[in-house]
Amino acid sequence: MTNDNTNDNTTDSNESAGVPAPEGPANLIDTDYVIGQDNIAATKFGVDVDLHGKVFTFSALVILAFVIITLALQDQVGPVFEGLRAWLTSNISWFFLAGANVFVLVSVGLIFTPLGKVRLGGQHAKPDFSYAGWFAMLFAAGMGIGLMYFGVSEPLAHFNSAIGGTSVENGVRTDWAPLGAAGGNESGAISLAMAATIFHWGLHPWAIYAVVALSLALFSFNKGLPLTMRSVFYPILGERVWGWPGHVIDILAVFATLFGLATSLGLGAQQATAGLSYLFGIPGDEVTMVLLIVGITAVALGSVTLGVDKGVQRLSQLNMIVAALLLLFVIIFGPTLFIVTGFFQFLASYVADLPALSNPFGREDANFSQGWTAFYWAWWISWSPFVGMFIARVSRGRTVREFLIAVLIIPTLISVLWMTALGGTAIDQVVNLGLENVAGANGDLQLFEMLGNLPLGFITSIIAIFLVIVFFVTSSDSGSLVIDAITAGGKVNAPKPQRMFWAIIEGAIAIALLLGGGLSALQAMAVSAGFPFTIVLLIACYAIIKGLMSEPRGA
Amino acid sequence: MFKKILVPVDLAHLEAIERSLAASADLARHYGAEVHYLGVTTSTPGTVARTPEEYAQKLEAFAQEQATVHGQAVHSRCINSPDPVADLDRTILKSIDEVGADLVVMATHLPKHLDAVIPAHGDRIASHTDISVFLVRPA
Repeated sequence: MTNDNTNDNTTDSNESAGVPAPEGPANLIDTDYVIGQDNIAATKFGVDVDLHGKVFTFSALVILAFVIITLALQDQVGPVFEGLRAWLTSNISWFFLAGANVFVLVSVGLIFTPLGKVRLGGQHAKPDFSYAGWFAMLFAAGMGIGLMYFGVSEPLAHFNSAIGGTSVENGVRTDWAPLGAAGGNESGAISLAMAATIFHWGLHPWAIYAVVALSLALFSFNKGLPLTMRSVFYPILGERVWGWPGHVIDILAVFATLFGLATSLGLGAQQATAGLSYLFGIPGDEVTMVLLIVGITAVALGSVTLGVDKGVQRLSQLNMIVAALLLLFVIIFGPTLFIVTGFFQFLASYVADLPALSNPFGREDANFSQGWTAFYWAWWISWSPFVGMFIARVSRGRTVREFLIAVLIIPTLISVLWMTALGGTAIDQVVNLGLENVAGANGDLQLFEMLGNLPLGFITSIIAIFLVIVFFVTSSDSGSLVIDAITAGGKVNAPKPQRMFWAIIEGAIAIALLLGGGLSALQAMAVSAGFPFTIVLLIACYAIIKGLMSEPRGA
Repeated sequence: MFKKILVPVDLAHLEAIERSLAASADLARHYGAEVHYLGVTTSTPGTVARTPEEYAQKLEAFAQEQATVHGQAVHSRCINSPDPVADLDRTILKSIDEVGADLVVMATHLPKHLDAVIPAHGDRIASHTDISVFLVRPA
């Protein structure tokens, strides 16, 4: 039940389990639970399976039921999910904002405390991946696709609403500008727009991922519990995490991951199709989208079959290289000086506006703080079990400090650079060059319009579509691995057909919802899952600190 | 004829490798070969062990136990992988070179249609190494 504080590995007289310490001193949790004890291992139809009986069965049933209900009762269910989401993000937006602030404070704080010296996997553990491979994987899983879509459209949207100033009707602000807007003040509006965008893609989302990933890595690699969400609850629930309370947590995690992925896959296919039809005149109909999803799923299938090292890692690295080239191209052929000075200027305005933007109470810019910020936070949080578990799995052997710098600080700086380059170029085209096509375009196409205004627009647009697609593959394959691990009771060495099954299911759900309608409804549902998970994450913060305190620290 | 036999083992499924263990023990005795038992484990906690070190310890104990069966020299070799299911073939092939083995004895299943999509580990090893491979099928 409790931690035994015997850190010495001199003798193995410890009769409880005879478990030696992880590499070097660490502090295993003493539990009688054997990983996989609740699993069903059998051969069905010539395929070997090794599954957690309850988690797998209930997740599969719940998912099936939701898909059928969403398809059959679309007109009734859509408004219900949408209403739930709207209610959550408007009425308890303060909860999302306050929660995210806690995550930032905890993860930034840990960097500077002695607890940062704890090494994941024990003091002498060696990292499984190189810095480059590790970072590429965590970044590609964490954001990837959103950066492509929102890199241009979000800064533009905030700029337009900020420069429009505030408008009040019946004492309620009807504009969507962040904070007090910057009516008519061009440079003020640019700074505000960039600060608001960076805010949504900076410390807060990464802190959310960091909390989940750190807690999972700690309880798995250092405490010896299975790599599933329930393990984080051990300090609170004790042995009960192996029963129904734990099952429910894991089922929720599977649910949020699968629907988050399926809706993103569906919505992403719409964006990629819009890009393809803009460039090549390919009909942007359902056939194209379905073919895209099938293609993405097929590549993801290949990637999960090759495994983390040869599949996911390689694709993520390819992704990072291509994304870096695109970024470099925009910096060189875009307004270079504007981007370089902007990087520091926008970073400064992000820091300056951070207290006001993250303030959970008494906000006057309700449309912005609820419609943008709270929505984003709920969305990041609902993705956090998936991204967090994947980051945890590849982070063994890193110290807590190293981990937090790589998961929190570096991605934030990259986001700042990315947003400054893509968004800054688009704003520059609108404000300084007077080009109207970017601002006037549909959100799906703003990226391509912006690239089209630069040299070699056709080629860079093709590269952008390629990136969108590969980013989806890296989300889909890492997601399948995560769901497979959860539904196998934390076993990461379950038979291969299981991970393939989940990769196919993701694609199938995306296609079903794309054709049958209901993608947005399900996205609303996935976002709503962010609410229970905010509570899960707050508990995780407590568990992290408690768990780290009982760990030996390196010299 | 054989001096070093590499025997990949899965401590979680000992019943499935009984026949290959018996075959490798007989061969080791017959040729006076040393036996290298190879285990591939996850970095995350698993069924057999909660840490890679614990797995290594159990593998060593297992190897010593086998030594009493066939009386030949034994070595245990524990490889840590973040994704063992996917990396198994490569890990075995690498170990063949590093150990300098001249025979691999491993368990495999009966051929089935699924092999076209996911080839059996034994098939992959046999087609990717120059040394002899003895695939032991269930009775």
